Amino acid sequence: MRREIPLFITATTGVIFIIAYFIPHRPVNQIQQLFLAWLYIIAAFAIILGVLNLLLVNGDKIYKQSKGWGYSVIIILSFLVMAGIGTFNLGGRATSPLEEGTSFMWLFYNVYYPLSSTVFALLAFFVASASFRAFRARNKEAALLLVAAFFVMLGRVPIGNYLTSWIPLKWLQLSTIANWIMAYPNMAAQRAIMIGIALGIISTSLRLILGIEKSYLGGE
Amino acid sequence: MLIKSLERRRDRLRWRVTSITVAFVFSLALGGRAHAGTPQDTLPPAPPTGLIAFDTPNDAGGSITLRWIKSPDDGAGAEDVKGYQILRAERREGPYKVIARLPAGAVRYEDATTKDGVTYYYKVSASDGVNSSESPPGQAVRSKAQWFNFKRLNMLIAGIILSLGIIYFISKARKGEELYIRKIAGLDAVKEAVGRATEMGRKVFFIPGILDLDDVQTIAGLSILGQVARLTAEYGTELEVPVCRSVVMVTGRETVKEAYLDSGHPDAYNDEIVHYMTDDQFGYAAGVDGLMLREKPAAIFYQGAFYAESLILAETGFSVGAIQIAGTAMPSQLPFFITACDYTLIGEELFAASAYLSREPRALGSIKGQDLGKAIILIILGLGVILETLGITSFSQLFTTQ
Repeated sequence: MRREIPLFITATTGVIFIIAYFIPHRPVNQIQQLFLAWLYIIAAFAIILGVLNLLLVNGDKIYKQSKGWGYSVIIILSFLVMAGIGTFNLGGRATSPLEEGTSFMWLFYNVYYPLSSTVFALLAFFVASASFRAFRARNKEAALLLVAAFFVMLGRVPIGNYLTSWIPLKWLQLSTIANWIMAYPNMAAQRAIMIGIALGIISTSLRLILGIEKSYLGGE
Repeated sequence: MLIKSLERRRDRLRWRVTSITVAFVFSLALGGRAHAGTPQDTLPPAPPTGLIAFDTPNDAGGSITLRWIKSPDDGAGAEDVKGYQILRAERREGPYKVIARLPAGAVRYEDATTKDGVTYYYKVSASDGVNSSESPPGQAVRSKAQWFNFKRLNMLIAGIILSLGIIYFISKARKGEELYIRKIAGLDAVKEAVGRATEMGRKVFFIPGILDLDDVQTIAGLSILGQVARLTAEYGTELEVPVCRSVVMVTGRETVKEAYLDSGHPDAYNDEIVHYMTDDQFGYAAGVDGLMLREKPAAIFYQGAFYAESLILAETGFSVGAIQIAGTAMPSQLPFFITACDYTLIGEELFAASAYLSREPRALGSIKGQDLGKAIILIILGLGVILETLGITSFSQLFTTQ
């Protein structure tokens, strides 16, 4: 029964969602909405599990003084400070901690936001290091990638336009070449991938609904 | 004396004439200005005509669509229409209330605030900013839910054909027929990656993406996690699955637990294998990066839905020298994974992975059915290109959907 019940729930919800896509009438759409509401309720309960797990795993690391336990101290402290100030609306006169000028929002704008932006900004350096490896012309495909990247990158910046704007034949200008690469070969490849993905999603969904795909339950 | 008096008279006369002339010119000028001034606009623009109100087709109810022919003074005639107002009442004689204001040129409006079964009357008024003129009320109309969305009929037909194809190949596989599935290098390397980690005595990391379980990519990722967990259980390699969604954590734990149980190593399982980090995208990326740098895993799997954090994770994984196998159906992240990882499952390969790894005949049959769908789409695409080139557009319009 441990397998049968989840499989039955999967099949039922899957079929109802498919039917609701084509039949917008009651009661199908109501059942669909009900299932969606259940999803949010389950997710709300699951967040408690997530938070408990976060505290347990990191608490255990601190207790055992495992490798990197100092980071666990920071995690738990950050969690307690943010959750405490947010839950009890500490240090603010506003009725909600999400209003401007509260301590919670101060922490959000001055701690969380810069940290998040910093990690995102790292992407620029990672793009540079990944590009350095990817654009080495080791074989035909890599050479093609290098040439395409050369045109696209230069064609998308002002200097690229400046360098070739004097060419009377517009199709020889870098920006035109870059736009052509993006609009035709790149778009064609992306759409081919998208078609494959759509078919893959249909096939996977069918496997899940028919109970053929059980590995997410741990089975073969 | 006489001469002087005559001169004085002459000067007075000259002054009078001058003053009269000036007064006349001024009066002319003022009068002229009064004539040249725009008279206040008291005429309203011509009203819109041909108002039709009907229940919005193919919807779940709660909506009525209006169409009308714009005022003759909108873009032509007096060209003074500034906009339209939509008026609604529950009785023909009113009272009508303004429910929406639209810019000039509008000829359609969808009122999505109706109650099913209630009768409504509509008017549309054209306004020049000062005056307005209303169309006569349209016919009585009620909204209701439809039993079928005909705009999606083509999707239904395509879905049925595809599903029948998949079911046909599944039944063929069930009967024991050998089905050829091309080799997928990324999936063949799974064993190699786990084996390498075993030899090096280091961990295997599995990152199931950053979306929740309602995304099919996450489910596909968890299916692969089941296969990877079976291998790590068999080889006695440590597995770590940091997740950023608590529902994924719960499901991931079940997946790993069952895999360890199935492979005969339930004692090797503990709940800490799958652990929650944070729901925040970059917080998660930073957390996983930190784990990678401290633990230095020998193999890292990225299987699921990823956004901008893909390269942050994959480059860090590369820097610690791990063998990396990625798989995602996010086309914009694929180039990053292809660049930074050793193997990448592109789009559909992610969804085929579980079947490919398990070699379960019915699952393999579904992949074959998927290939049939691809063949049909290729034929349709070829035909569409030819017909569009010839200027026949009706064929491609069969495939548009909403």
